[in-house]
Amino acid sequence: MDSVLSEDPVALKILIAGGFGVGKTTLVGSISEIKPLRTEEVLSDRGIGVDDLDGVEGKTTTTVAMDFGRITIREGLVVYLFGTPGQERFWFMWDELSYGALGAVVIADTRRLTDCFPSIDYFEQRGTPFVVAVNCFDGAERHSIEDVRIALDLDDDVPVMLCDVRRRSSAKEVMITLVEHSLRTLATAG
Amino acid sequence: MSETPQWFDEDAGPVVRPYALIRGRTRSSGADIDLVATVRAGAEPPGELSPEQALILRAAQSPISLADLAVELDLPVGVVRVLLGDMRDHGLISVTSPRAGRSRTNERILKEVINGLRAL
Repeated sequence: MDSVLSEDPVALKILIAGGFGVGKTTLVGSISEIKPLRTEEVLSDRGIGVDDLDGVEGKTTTTVAMDFGRITIREGLVVYLFGTPGQERFWFMWDELSYGALGAVVIADTRRLTDCFPSIDYFEQRGTPFVVAVNCFDGAERHSIEDVRIALDLDDDVPVMLCDVRRRSSAKEVMITLVEHSLRTLATAG
Repeated sequence: MSETPQWFDEDAGPVVRPYALIRGRTRSSGADIDLVATVRAGAEPPGELSPEQALILRAAQSPISLADLAVELDLPVGVVRVLLGDMRDHGLISVTSPRAGRSRTNERILKEVINGLRAL
């Protein structure tokens, strides 16, 4: 459309992590137009008995779908949301996803808090700024933010918040909290 | 053994399997292309193009990310990445890494993002 090359668009990555069925897809869908992104996973022996490899013994990858959303802030500035695959056998994909990421949202369900330990460990080790969003499922026993912080053994500067991933305003609040946290982290690293 | 599952039309999968498009390769030459790297059609007049290359060139007339291209073409990211690697080698497209300047992102952009999110 432009006759001259425009300034390079800025593309920012935000990861949405957390255990299986915790609301990652819902969160991405609440705040952005969600599209299924086809990607590959390396077949490991975990796939044996699940994936029939007869006749394709050389096959080492198979296709999985990943949640993918985009929020256009303005022309040339886009935030991409990637729902990280929820199972351990997809870990290898996280390195690519988290490389250069602005930050991550770890969604937690207080009924099974331990599910988000691996995500938290991962982002802590990589130095990726993250926030913990406690999804308030209907009927789930509510815990205070302080209880969750203690249970997850989080650093004081990691934001923890309650949210309802089905609500756009709540999803928005989570994203804003994350970007503000990334901004602070950036300033501290300065 | 007695009953073979019957698949018709789309259920039978693509006519050409995705990885056949790239002759079974899973990696491209040169540096890996990031999921959010920007792809642009180059000025080079294209010679003979595969259908997928033609689709990519059309989609990349204005800058587009690898992830968006994969969604648009409905192909796995890995397949599109290899296709792009070939096209870059042939000067058909240019690819800009999102971290060309290394600094993760600057303050001004993050503030813009926060305001943009608030305005959603």
